[in-house]
Amino acid sequence: MSYNIVVLAKQVPDTRNVGKDAMKADGTINRAALPAIFNPEDLNALEQALQLKDKNPGSTITLLTMGLPKAAEVIRESLYRGADTGIVLTDRALAGADTLATSYAIATAIKHLGKYDIIFGGRQAIDGDTAQVGPQVAEKLGLPQVTYAESVKVEDGKAIVTRRLESGVETVECPLPLVVTVNGSADACRPRNARLIQKYKYAVTPSEKAALPAEKAALVDKREFLNLKEWSAAEIEADLEQCGLAGSPTKVKNVVNVVFAAKESKVIDGNDEAGLEALIQDLMAEHTIG
Amino acid sequence: MTDNYNLIVYCEYDEGKVADVSLELLTKGRKLATELGVKLEAIVIGDKLEGIENQLFPYGVDLVYKVEDARLYPYTSLPHSSIVINLFREIKPQICLMGATTIGRDLGPRVSSCLHSGLTADCTSLEIGDHTDPKTGKHYDNLLYQIRPAFGGNIVATIVNPDCRPQMATVREGVMKKEIFDANYKGEVVNLDAKKYVDEESFVVKIIDRHIEKSKVNIKNSSIIVAGGYGMGSKEGFDMLFELADTLGAEVGASRAAIDAGYCEDHDRQIGQTGVTVRPKLYIACGISGQIQHIAGMQESAIVISINNDPNAPINSIADYVINGDVEQVIPRLIKYYKKNSK
Repeated sequence: MSYNIVVLAKQVPDTRNVGKDAMKADGTINRAALPAIFNPEDLNALEQALQLKDKNPGSTITLLTMGLPKAAEVIRESLYRGADTGIVLTDRALAGADTLATSYAIATAIKHLGKYDIIFGGRQAIDGDTAQVGPQVAEKLGLPQVTYAESVKVEDGKAIVTRRLESGVETVECPLPLVVTVNGSADACRPRNARLIQKYKYAVTPSEKAALPAEKAALVDKREFLNLKEWSAAEIEADLEQCGLAGSPTKVKNVVNVVFAAKESKVIDGNDEAGLEALIQDLMAEHTIG
Repeated sequence: MTDNYNLIVYCEYDEGKVADVSLELLTKGRKLATELGVKLEAIVIGDKLEGIENQLFPYGVDLVYKVEDARLYPYTSLPHSSIVINLFREIKPQICLMGATTIGRDLGPRVSSCLHSGLTADCTSLEIGDHTDPKTGKHYDNLLYQIRPAFGGNIVATIVNPDCRPQMATVREGVMKKEIFDANYKGEVVNLDAKKYVDEESFVVKIIDRHIEKSKVNIKNSSIIVAGGYGMGSKEGFDMLFELADTLGAEVGASRAAIDAGYCEDHDRQIGQTGVTVRPKLYIACGISGQIQHIAGMQESAIVISINNDPNAPINSIADYVINGDVEQVIPRLIKYYKKNSK
């Protein structure tokens, strides 16, 4: 049995490694100082898709990402690991979308794609940590969802999914098609494959191809598999009322830089043994410890 | 617009006991409902719900909707979302709160997508306030301010849903405080017929196996926490924290950076915005630089000690005691002097 597998992935700023230069003097974020990376849990999702493809030869994996044109990088990273093709959904009309407007655009793109048996995505993206887009895409496609997945098997037209919950592990069975969001505790994604890097290093979207030297562009033209898709809102026939800022019920009222009230602290040198002992004695005297 | 409509909390329960996070939300919900002059409602969906309302009324709940059916426990996405969606279409709540748990974060987005109502995940504060749309100039009274950190915790955003109802928000366990409103408070119970709210096709996902392990880590209720960050350098570094914690009768916590680096494999120990919020008597931060997302989860600790070899680590600014030095030297000294003085 072969399956049409869709993987949803997002290019995100690496909020885990926010350095001192990541915040501007006026308290706003200096996005340029944060590297753009493949959202970590989307890599776990890709691995589940690759494992499904390994077991079911002939299956195809299509990456779908919404963002800036440069998000095509996420697709190439996926091709290097075994995905087949990808689409960047990019349009100014999609900018400023909250999770609901995002899921509308993604669900509309998936409908436009037409064929899907199983849709994987990471549990959540590290720039927002909301975990909302997966279930919202499922609802918009009228599909069941299985969230917090740690492993996925497909047999006889059904997915058997193990979920990691706060209180333990649950295994559920769900008929295809469905949406699965994958937890960071699932198998890590396999590394890039050297042969696939060679094969796909010139895989480009139309806008990237336009920026290539003529001889490279001619090479891309000759090889269908190097042509990634770039879809606009018009291409997928999206209702603009439901896209971007206009389609977002939630509005950001204000944003403030986080400042914590500083305390006056007592400083002790780590080599001052008498000072450390005095601290322990103080804490014991006030019954904080002991 | 819908000012007379009520505030509802989706309540989770397990083994007959309502989840702490739901009771915390009812506590907050009671205050917000009073401020708005509306009723506080609760919905419980599951099986064997007899008497469950008695756990809810003391939190000031005016009305409990109960939906009982053997197939509704344990939770599965489609039946619970179908019931919530269909009920909300009838009663049109203006605000709906859910726990930011694996259930609430699965259910909330599905409901909000279907009702086209905005949902804000992992709020750290909820308030009522006014809003004027900066573009249209339209004024709104009494909106729910959904306040949450974003961008790895470096900013805090206030989110509003001016036009769509219900205004939905999820909140993590431990963020709000649980407080009895009135031990003798009595509200009403409305039993709903499950069959009217959910159809057969919704039961398409079958639970075939469940291993429930109660978490062995009880970091939220520990009065002393020894927490390690990226500066602990390794798993072996964390072993030293466990030794200090054993000596002091404390629990071990970890920053997100330490968890991501694999120094601590137990995700239940993660403290911060995407982990647990703690308020111990004593918090000993070891090799934690103090990213905002971490500080947000521990800033209400009564006493904070920071051990760090970087005197400029951001966490030092909120610490009562700053110990400048290497964790691997300081921690054994603390253990030594504690043992010496406790004899």
